[in-house]
Amino acid sequence: MTKIKMAIDSATKFYETRSGSVHALDKVSLDVREGEFLCILGPSGCGKSTLLWSMAGLHSLSAGEIKLGSETINQPHPEIAMIFQDANLLPWRNLSKNIALPFELKSKQPDQSRINSLLERVNLKGFENKFPRELSGGMQQRASIVRSLAVDPSVLLMDEPFGALDAFTRDEMNLLIQEIWMETRKTIVFVTHSISEAIFLADRVVVMSARPGRIASIYDIDIPRPRPVDIQTRPDFIARVLEIKGSIDHGRGAAAGLAIT
Amino acid sequence: MDKALGNKIPEFNKKQGESGGSGLAGLSAFGSGDHRSKLETIVIVLVAVVIIGGTEILLRLFNVPQYILPKPTQIVTALFTEWHFLWPHVVVTLYELLTGFFIGGSIGFILAAVITQFPFVEKVVTPYILLLVTTPMLALVPLLILRFGFGSEPRIIAVALASGPMVMINAATGFRRVDLAKIALARSFGASTLQIFTKIRIPMAMPMIIVGLMVGSIFGLLTAIGAEMVGGAEGLGNRLTYYSALIRMPQFFAIILMLATIGISIYIFFFWFGKKWASWEA
Repeated sequence: MTKIKMAIDSATKFYETRSGSVHALDKVSLDVREGEFLCILGPSGCGKSTLLWSMAGLHSLSAGEIKLGSETINQPHPEIAMIFQDANLLPWRNLSKNIALPFELKSKQPDQSRINSLLERVNLKGFENKFPRELSGGMQQRASIVRSLAVDPSVLLMDEPFGALDAFTRDEMNLLIQEIWMETRKTIVFVTHSISEAIFLADRVVVMSARPGRIASIYDIDIPRPRPVDIQTRPDFIARVLEIKGSIDHGRGAAAGLAIT
Repeated sequence: MDKALGNKIPEFNKKQGESGGSGLAGLSAFGSGDHRSKLETIVIVLVAVVIIGGTEILLRLFNVPQYILPKPTQIVTALFTEWHFLWPHVVVTLYELLTGFFIGGSIGFILAAVITQFPFVEKVVTPYILLLVTTPMLALVPLLILRFGFGSEPRIIAVALASGPMVMINAATGFRRVDLAKIALARSFGASTLQIFTKIRIPMAMPMIIVGLMVGSIFGLLTAIGAEMVGGAEGLGNRLTYYSALIRMPQFFAIILMLATIGISIYIFFFWFGKKWASWEA
C-alpha cells in the first residue's frame, strides 16, 4: 500500500457571480498517492482547474478539506509548486531572473548549481539572459518547469501546461515531463482536456464531469514506462482512449467537448 | 504581391504591440525596434545645419533688424556672454520644476497605487482627477500668488498641481492592468501582498508610470514657465517677459534655446529610463 501524499476530502466550491452562484466542485474526494503521476481530465468548466488551484492553496474551498500529509492546505505551501498555462513567465525579467523569483520571494540565494543542472537537463543552457519574448512557447514552458523544480517541491501541480503548444512541441514536452518524473519521482497532478495526453502521462486518470464538478470515474493506466510517443497510435492505446471517451459521452450525452488527441 | 510584405518572415503569433490603453505618449518609443541608421542621423543634423545656416544668411542678406529676428550667431553670443546673468534663473526654474514635480509626482503615484485597489473609490475620484488634468493649473497662479506671495511657493504648488494628476491618471491605467495569473504565480511561491506589489504590480505598471512621469514633467515645465511670467522677479519665464519688454531679442531667444534644451533633456531622460525599465513591452 503506497503512502497518501495529498488527501482531498469532499471538496466543495461555489463561485459567487452576478448571475448567481456557480457550483464548481461538488464533494470531490480523492487521494493522491506519493510519487504518483495523476492526470485530471475533463471538459472545460468541470472544475478541474478549480480543484488544482485549491490544492495549490490559491483558492479557498466553500466546504471540505485538502491535506498535504497532516497539514491542511489553505494557503500556498513550500512543498507544492504550480506550473501554469502559457508558462506564465514575467516578461520584464530575463530567464535567470525569472527562475530566481521563487528564491527572491523568500529572500534566499538561488541554488545556482541546481538551477544550472536543471537548465542543462531541459536544454536551456546558454539562454539565461534571454527574455521570454525571445523564446519559443516550448522553451518558455521548459523555463517555467525549471523555475518550479528549482525550489525542489515534492508536489508539482500542472494546469494544462501544454495546452497552448503545437502538437509536435507538445509531444516533446510530454516526453520531457515523463523523463523528469521518472528521474525525480515527484508527485505530479496534471490537469488536461486531452484524453491521449492524460493516458500517455498518467498512472491514474481521474475523469471529471461538469456542473457541478465531480469525479465521474478513475482509470488505472498500467502501460510500462518509458512510453514512446508513437504508443499513441497503437490499437490498445486507442482502445483506452475510446473507452474513456465513451464513458464521458455516456455521462453527458453524445456531444462531448473532449478532444481525442 | 506587396513587395514589402513578400520579404517579411510571417510571424503571426507575435503580438503586434498591444496598442490598447497606452495613454498619451504611446510606448512604441521604448521598443528595442528600429534604431536610427547612420544616414538618418546625418540627414537630421544636415537639416539643422541648413535651417540655422540659411536663417543666418537670409537675415544678413536682407538686413533684418535685430528686434524683429536676431541672427543665430547673436543668440549664441548672448547665451555665452550673458551666461552668468541667465544661469541663476535656470536654477530657479529647475528648482521649482523638480520640487513641484517631485511633490506632485509622488502624491500622484501613491494615489494611483492605492486607489486602483478599491474600484469604488477609483470610480468616485477619477472625474475629479480628470478635472485637474484638463483645467490649466496656470489659471490658479494669480490666486496662489495672492495667498503665498511672489516667492517660489505658488509656482511649486502650480507645478505639483499640473504634474501630479497627469502622473496619477497614467499610473492608474498601469496599475489597473492586473494579470491574475502572474499574481497567482507569485502567490503560489509564497509572496506577501507587499511583494506582489513590488515584484508584479509595479513592474507591470512601469511602462504607463513612465509615460505619466514624462508627460507630467513636461506639463510641470509649461506651468513653471507660465507661472513665472504671471508674477515674481525670477525664473526663465520671468526673464522672457523682461527681455521682450526691453526688446533684447538675442537674450530672449537664448532663453527659448535653454527651455528647449530642458524639455528635450526631460524627454531623453525618460526615454532612456523607459528603455531600461519598460522595453519588455514593445
